[in-house]
Amino acid sequence: MKLLKFLFVGIFFGIVLVKSEAVSWYRIFEMFKFQSFHMYGIIGSAVLLGIIAIWIIKKTQLKSIENDTIIIHPKDKGMFRLLIGGTIFGLGWALAGACPGPMYILVGTGVFSMLLVIGGAILGTFVYGLIRNKLPH
Amino acid sequence: MEIILQPWPWYVSGPLISLVMITLIYFGKTFGMSSNLSTLCSIGGAGKYASFFKQDWKAHRWNLTVVLGAVIGGFIAVTFLSDGSVIDLNPTTVSDLNELGFKNAGATLLPPELYDWDSVWSLKGLLILIGGGFIVGFGTRYAGGCTSGHAITGLSNLQWPSFVAVIGFFIGGLLMIHVLFPLIFTV
Repeated sequence: MKLLKFLFVGIFFGIVLVKSEAVSWYRIFEMFKFQSFHMYGIIGSAVLLGIIAIWIIKKTQLKSIENDTIIIHPKDKGMFRLLIGGTIFGLGWALAGACPGPMYILVGTGVFSMLLVIGGAILGTFVYGLIRNKLPH
Repeated sequence: MEIILQPWPWYVSGPLISLVMITLIYFGKTFGMSSNLSTLCSIGGAGKYASFFKQDWKAHRWNLTVVLGAVIGGFIAVTFLSDGSVIDLNPTTVSDLNELGFKNAGATLLPPELYDWDSVWSLKGLLILIGGGFIVGFGTRYAGGCTSGHAITGLSNLQWPSFVAVIGFFIGGLLMIHVLFPLIFTV
């Protein structure tokens, strides 16, 4: 039953991303063409509010629902991995028009060919795991 | 009700995405969708081939539950919460897409030219979807996060690494749309 709350977060997330059209391939194209403010507004307002919220969480030392101290892990550094990995991700994001969240959501909207993209993404993750020791980070 | 059925403006959607992140943080977790791809590899037995996948996947069940919910949410949104509006794209975008061979841009969430089964079952069609997915999966793990983990959570937490990753996302996206699209989608 502890998992049920996560199911509801997921449902809410799926609805928001469809209704915002952020799951649309066309919106991603438009964003990278700088022809609409829509996606920038979504990400920008999400981050702006997120900065304020996380600042408050840290300032008030808010406890989690299970009464634990909230820790938001810092992201791993490594200029090379971030820039090169990020660029590879961006190429795929623009081509498939979906990043890892929307991929699942779009299956729910009835686009089952998205399962091929998900299959590719799992394979890509697997190959990264296989060769990560040989890659510069 | 009509307001819910129409597409939601950015100033409603953005804050609601923030709310998803904050709720997950309050639940003692984090907002990161690409981690599920690693978890799925672990479930599939990838730990036998790479120590990177040797993890207790049961500890990530909560995130897979978010994924399950997201699929259900996608279904609910298109089935019960949509009025069938066409995506209100910039007319220039529509004509740019038309030149690349994408007709009726915005009539659906995804272009039928890529995602309809008729288009999928060709070498080019399969390469685009599987290959596109592959580099998303590879790149996101290499960079240590995707849009949710880096662009939303990382930037909200004022993480320099996430800022660099997002710059990478944009270098890749701009390269794909402005340089590679005219080569891939020649009419």
